[in-house]
Amino acid sequence: MNPKEWAEKIIEGDVRAASRLMRDIDDRMPWVSDVMKELYPHTGRAYIIGVTGSPGVGKSTLVDSLIEVFRKKGHSIGVVVIDPTSPFTGGAILGDRIRMQRHSTDSGVFIRSLATRGSMGGLSRSTSDILRVMDAMGKDIILLETVGVGQDEVDVVNTAHTSMIIMIPGLGDDIQAIKAGILEIGDIFVINKCEREGAERMEREIMMMLELGAKRKDGWVPKIVKTEAIKGKGIKELVEAIEEHRTFREDPEHKRKFLQKALRIELLNNLKDQISNRVLEVIGHEEGLTQAVNEIIDGKKDLYTKSEEILKQLLC
Amino acid sequence: MAGKRKIRILVAKPGLDGHDRGAKIIARGFRDAGFEVIYTGLHQSPEQIVEAAIQEDVDVIGLSSLAGAHNHLFREVLRLLKEKGAEDIPVFGGGIIPDEDIPKLKADGILEIFTPGTKVEDVVKWVEENIHPRG
Repeated sequence: MNPKEWAEKIIEGDVRAASRLMRDIDDRMPWVSDVMKELYPHTGRAYIIGVTGSPGVGKSTLVDSLIEVFRKKGHSIGVVVIDPTSPFTGGAILGDRIRMQRHSTDSGVFIRSLATRGSMGGLSRSTSDILRVMDAMGKDIILLETVGVGQDEVDVVNTAHTSMIIMIPGLGDDIQAIKAGILEIGDIFVINKCEREGAERMEREIMMMLELGAKRKDGWVPKIVKTEAIKGKGIKELVEAIEEHRTFREDPEHKRKFLQKALRIELLNNLKDQISNRVLEVIGHEEGLTQAVNEIIDGKKDLYTKSEEILKQLLC
Repeated sequence: MAGKRKIRILVAKPGLDGHDRGAKIIARGFRDAGFEVIYTGLHQSPEQIVEAAIQEDVDVIGLSSLAGAHNHLFREVLRLLKEKGAEDIPVFGGGIIPDEDIPKLKADGILEIFTPGTKVEDVVKWVEENIHPRG
C-alpha cells in the first residue's frame, strides 16, 4: 500500500488502516512521515479534550461518561488513553479500556491505548500524531486521558484544546492547591467523587487559589464542576463547561496563540528526533554510541569534546 | 530509537466467568517480559474482544476461560476476526480446558492452549518464539 492509498483508507474511516498507522507511529517506523504528509491537510477539525489528574481519581470513568453524552449528541468520538511504561522492563499494562469497554462495539467510538515509552510529561511521544490520525478519520471529539500524573506533567495543555484537571476530596491539605504546576493549567477543574466529605471545602480552596493567583493571560476564568462520574452525576454541567470553553477557544486569536505554542514544541521535537537519528547513523548506531561512551569513561575524551566531534562529523 | 517493534498483546476474559486472577498474573508476566499488554477486564463478549484487538493493533490475543464455555467463545472470536478481515491476528487460550477439546480447538485455528500448572515464563517464552510483529 503506498502512502497515498493508506491515507485515503484512513480518511474513509477504515479502522484497521488507522490502527496500523498508529502502531507504526508508536514504533517510529521510517515510512510514517510520508503517510502523515498525506493526512495533514485533512486534520485540524477535531476538538481535543484533555483529562488529567492523579491515579485513581476517576479519569477513565469520567471519560466513559463523556463518551456517552457526546455520542447522544451525535458526535463521533476518538479516545486516546495513556498508561505508564515500566522503566525496568519496557513493558506496560494498559488497563484504561476496562472502564470504557461498553463503547467498544459502537462504530462511532475508536479507543486506543498507549504506553508512555519513556516520555515524562504525561503523554507519549507519539500522542500528537495519533490524535492527528483520529482527526483525519473524521472524529468530531477526541478525549485524551493522560497517564495518572503527579504535579508537573503538563504536556497535555499544549496538545488538548480544553484541559480538565480531575481531583478528589481528601487528598492533601490546602497548600497543595497553591503550589505551581498542574493546578495552573486547568481550564476546568473537576471535583470527582464529590459525595465524599470535604468536596465543598475543596471547591472553596480551588476557588480561592484561582482568585488569588495572577489572572490568566488569555482571560479565561477556569470553571469548577463537581461530579460523581460512576453515577453520571454532574456530567451535564461538565459538558456545559466544556462547551463554554470551546466557544471561548474558537476565537481566531486564541486559536492562533494555541497553535503557535503547540506547533513550536512539535517542530522542535521533530527536529530533535531527526537530528538524533542522523547522529546515530553517522556514528554507527548502538555500536558507535557504545564506543563513544567508552572513550569518555576511559578518559580518552571528555564529554564536551566528544559531542563537538560528533556534531562536526554530522555537518560535513 | 527509531523503528523498533514492541509486542502488543490483548489479554481478555470472554463470557460470564468471573475469575481473573490467572489472567492478571499472565498479564503481569507479559509486562515483565517487556510486552505492552492491553487488559480489557471481565465479562467480555467476543465482539468486544475482536473490536479491541483491531483498534489496538495487537500482535496476538490471549483468551482465558475457566468456566467451560471455551469451545463456543474461542471459536466465536476466530469467526469474528475472519468476518472483520483480521484473521491474521493469532489467538491462543488458557484455563480449565479438557484434554479432549484441545486438538479440536487447535484444528479450528487456536494456535496454542495452556492448561493449569503452566509456568508464566513458559507462556512468555512461547509468545516470544511464535509471535512476530509485522515488519
